[in-house]
Amino acid sequence: MSLLEVNNLVVEFPGRRGTLRALDDISFSIAPGEVLGVVGESGAGKSLTGASIIGLLEPPGRVASGQILLEGQRIDNLSADQMRHIRGRKIGAIFQDPLTSLNPLYTVGRQLTETILAHLPVDAAEARRRAIRLLEDTGIPAAAERIDHFPHQFSGGMRQRVVIALALAAEPKLIVADEPTTALDVSIQAQIIQLLKRICHERGAAVMLITHDMGVIAETCDRVAVMYAGRIAEIGPVHEVINTPAHPYTMGLMASIPDMDSERERLNQIDGAMPRLNAIPTGCPYNPRCPRAFDRCTRERPELLEAGATRAACWLHDAHQSTQPAGATA
Amino acid sequence: MTAIATDMAAGPRTTSVSATAADTGSTALVQARDLAKTFDVSAPWLNRVLERKPRQLLHAVDGVSFDIEKGQTLALVGESGCGKSTVARLLVGLYEPTRGDLVFDGLEAHKVFKTGEARKLRRRIQMIFQDPYASLNPRWKVEDIVGEPLKEHGIVTEAAALKERVGQLLQSVGLSPLDMVKYPHQFSGGQRQRISIARALATEPEFLVCDEPTSALDVSVQAQVLNIMKDLQRKQGLTYLFISHNLAVVRHVSDQVGVMYLGRLVELAGKHQLFGNPRHPYTRMLLDAIPKMHDTGRARTPVQGEVPNPLNPPSGCAFNPRCPHANERCRTERPALLTIAGIKVACHAVEEGRI
Repeated sequence: MSLLEVNNLVVEFPGRRGTLRALDDISFSIAPGEVLGVVGESGAGKSLTGASIIGLLEPPGRVASGQILLEGQRIDNLSADQMRHIRGRKIGAIFQDPLTSLNPLYTVGRQLTETILAHLPVDAAEARRRAIRLLEDTGIPAAAERIDHFPHQFSGGMRQRVVIALALAAEPKLIVADEPTTALDVSIQAQIIQLLKRICHERGAAVMLITHDMGVIAETCDRVAVMYAGRIAEIGPVHEVINTPAHPYTMGLMASIPDMDSERERLNQIDGAMPRLNAIPTGCPYNPRCPRAFDRCTRERPELLEAGATRAACWLHDAHQSTQPAGATA
Repeated sequence: MTAIATDMAAGPRTTSVSATAADTGSTALVQARDLAKTFDVSAPWLNRVLERKPRQLLHAVDGVSFDIEKGQTLALVGESGCGKSTVARLLVGLYEPTRGDLVFDGLEAHKVFKTGEARKLRRRIQMIFQDPYASLNPRWKVEDIVGEPLKEHGIVTEAAALKERVGQLLQSVGLSPLDMVKYPHQFSGGQRQRISIARALATEPEFLVCDEPTSALDVSVQAQVLNIMKDLQRKQGLTYLFISHNLAVVRHVSDQVGVMYLGRLVELAGKHQLFGNPRHPYTRMLLDAIPKMHDTGRARTPVQGEVPNPLNPPSGCAFNPRCPHANERCRTERPALLTIAGIKVACHAVEEGRI
């Protein structure tokens, strides 16, 4: 059984000039211990997907329809109070900026023990022992001493280690990590990715890793979902999505990334920009920028269709296509 | 100094080699000569007196030298706090160097910046900033933003001609002349960065300093901006200093690459040498740390440790606490940037042939 299941999730922002649909019919699942990457450009809805799962949608944003199930139980309709017990205990969260995710007025030890005591049936002394062990596990040297330091006494990379320790404190089954390495330098990023992979593997925690960096996805994830304009454009095993993408958007995205392994005179660019939420084209949202769009793409919205090893929301992969355009089988 | 004064009287654009350039034995358009910038980050005077705290100096850039030939791109890479943005600001004259100077087309730039000829030199050196949301005035229309340098430098004064020139500039970066009546908020991040490129190009500069021009952009948009920058370089023979922390982008745009660590250059080499055969252990570490897209599941050995506090840098080679090849000499003696086998590298281990 899946650890997390998201079914037909729709998130809307009601406003004076009409309701904006920020997430439109998102479905995916995460198996226990699996690392799912969610990738996309700014505004594609990847952070919003994470926020809906951990129940931290900013009002007026709301889940308009669809379900989120954790271990078979619906969590999208819980009260704020009930959700607070799930957050931390069952779902841990790691955010982009390690400085703003820690309280600057409390020592890291106090923040860790507070989390442990809130969720686990242990006494204060045991909580402190666990907190020190967590800091050691996340690679903080002299943890027994550092536990009484304040966040500002840690460097950026060390702070992100503390945040990871905090997310793991109550031994959750799922970690939602939203751009955990974006604020960090590349050498520190490598350390944090390795840490996240190792520690989640050791504890059997599943991870939903939200990032815009395809390189991080390639190194870390088992499967990846590519988002575009609030929908999933393609989802599948990470190797297949990167090497043999099925959706024209994924192809364009992959070709536009400057690569260390090959050298090209010009980068492949996707002309135009992602549509605004109030002007999403009918049919496939990618059709105005898509080099392979045909008339059906402007009329009907594609569902996720089987496309080799992955699933892509693209009419090129409709097996029942009657008016198949030239080259569509490629 | 008289040589410079005469050069300028003759007009900077006509002088190719001057007395100063001859002194340094190089004819490169841009020559950074031992540039250094020290910031005073001491506590306030009263605190220093009461708490007996010493003065604290931060050596943000400590003796950086390089040449950029006309029409070429030098990329500076390094992690945050290594001084690469300070170098950019020194080159355009936003900071005054504590030591050293920039020789631009034979002129000692920072001496010229203090004279009445400063304006002439400034229009030849322009800058593109990282954040296109912060570097454009939100209350100005695009035609005012792009037209300002034209008016400021007295290049175009007549209103109709100004509009026409702004239109041409917008077209050169792939925007429409009709966009000039819009405000910055009506554009996406990539389009905004193109507006700031158009503004930088308004004075027909020869040298553009680009400080992380695509770091705030999404990859598909980043490709648009990088392609425009390369096209412009080909058409107009622009010289770039390109600052980035993204080595894949640097590999795409640069001819020469300089790697900085704690305010100093540790390696300076041609792009192919640097990426094909990195010599300095820090360069190797940086290259190894980039997540690769096409060999998933590869086990990496990330270098331990972090960039040390620049207020209290390690003695000897600044990289020694993180370096797997460090020995006693590395801990005590600071390596100089030496030319070894055609590239410049500051490492005792490379010099001694240990790695």
